[in-house]
Amino acid sequence: MVEDLSVRLKAYEGRPAVLGGRGKDPVNAPMIRHWCEAMGDTNPAYTGPDAVAPPTMLQVWTMGGLSGHETRAPAYDELLALLDDAGCTSVVATDCEQEYLRALRPGDEITFDSVIESVSERKTTRLGSGYFVTTRMDVRVGDELVGTHRFRILKYAPAHAPRTPAPTPPPSTTLAPPQERPRRPRPVVNRDNSGFWEGISRHRLLIQRCVDCATLRLPWLPGCNACGSAAWDTVEASGEGSVYSYVVMHHPRFPAFDPPYAVGLIELVEGVRMVSNVVGVPCDKVRIGMPVRLEFARCDEELELPVFRATREGVVSA
Amino acid sequence: MKVEAGDVIPPLEIEITRTLVVAGAIASRDYQDVHHDPELARRRGSPDVFMNILTTNGLVGRYVTDHFGPDVVLRKVAIRLGAPNYPGDTMVLTGTVEAIDGATVTVKVIGDNGVGRHVTGTVTLTSGEAA
Repeated sequence: MVEDLSVRLKAYEGRPAVLGGRGKDPVNAPMIRHWCEAMGDTNPAYTGPDAVAPPTMLQVWTMGGLSGHETRAPAYDELLALLDDAGCTSVVATDCEQEYLRALRPGDEITFDSVIESVSERKTTRLGSGYFVTTRMDVRVGDELVGTHRFRILKYAPAHAPRTPAPTPPPSTTLAPPQERPRRPRPVVNRDNSGFWEGISRHRLLIQRCVDCATLRLPWLPGCNACGSAAWDTVEASGEGSVYSYVVMHHPRFPAFDPPYAVGLIELVEGVRMVSNVVGVPCDKVRIGMPVRLEFARCDEELELPVFRATREGVVSA
Repeated sequence: MKVEAGDVIPPLEIEITRTLVVAGAIASRDYQDVHHDPELARRRGSPDVFMNILTTNGLVGRYVTDHFGPDVVLRKVAIRLGAPNYPGDTMVLTGTVEAIDGATVTVKVIGDNGVGRHVTGTVTLTSGEAA
């Protein structure tokens, strides 16, 4: 069944995605200026009487804008409909590859055609399972090819959404984190620490407390390191803490991790410390003493981890 | 300018403001609601609006031409996206010259934010003499 779909999808390779597209406006100075202002791009090549358009605007001249375009080819609509029917209803753009053959100048009238270059096998990504569809657009002025624009999207069936205020995967459109990548290592769960992970699954960070001397301990251990008692209960962490120490990992590269990233030793207000990721701030902005707050990050459909988000007042600028 | 393989381009910090996200989307004529309407973005499961791929592309191009100057010409920009750029975050672009072939220079660009790696890219440019 799935194989059958793959064969049907492959048949769309080489068929048109857009036929006879025309830019709604010729290349023009006001659009260039708006773009440069938004990007903070002060390159003098883009202003004055001999101005050229920023090459990275190539796709902009082909965009339909608020009122849309009507030059999409039937083959592309059919392909997307097939994917919708297969449950792959969400879409994200993942890659953009542009080649510039000559600079565009105000007055250039843009035309474009786009072809379905490839449809991948079914792939499983962090966002969900689906198919990568690559289109290649040829951009012309008159008969002259002035640039090519290759665009890759993932049409996918969303995996389970996170239950809580964790970093959410982005929704359906032009952005995305769907590289296929190894999954993070699984925690070792045993009889001594299973209560901790059971707490995490309910979004509660539980600290062990000695029943005899009330000393708190984290990570979970069979006995109290103060009085030796094996009797314990738990208290729930408030979630407030600060960075007690940290390192920034540059090397070695571990699968499922993107260095550089900060690993923090977080001191909870309850007085115990734990190792975790510091999120919400670039790794080189993490500082000792920075206030952080607990949240739960979903890594994949099976794994959720406690992480610590730098709170606004703690972010050091420059 | 003398360029050698292995040269590191000074990092550029870009504050991801709501204004930048929206201005970039509109300047690139991308009216997808998730790039300008926080309410609709949340309804689609995103915590906020986020930067579109065209803006990322433009910022990567700007980062490289800011460094090499107005006489260089961009020939290719290829980017792959990862973690989203949300308002309130900071993206730090870093670049390294990977290869030089005559007047053609290839630069690897990476943009990291507080969530992770937003963009990985390769930019190919030629110096003015060859253009």
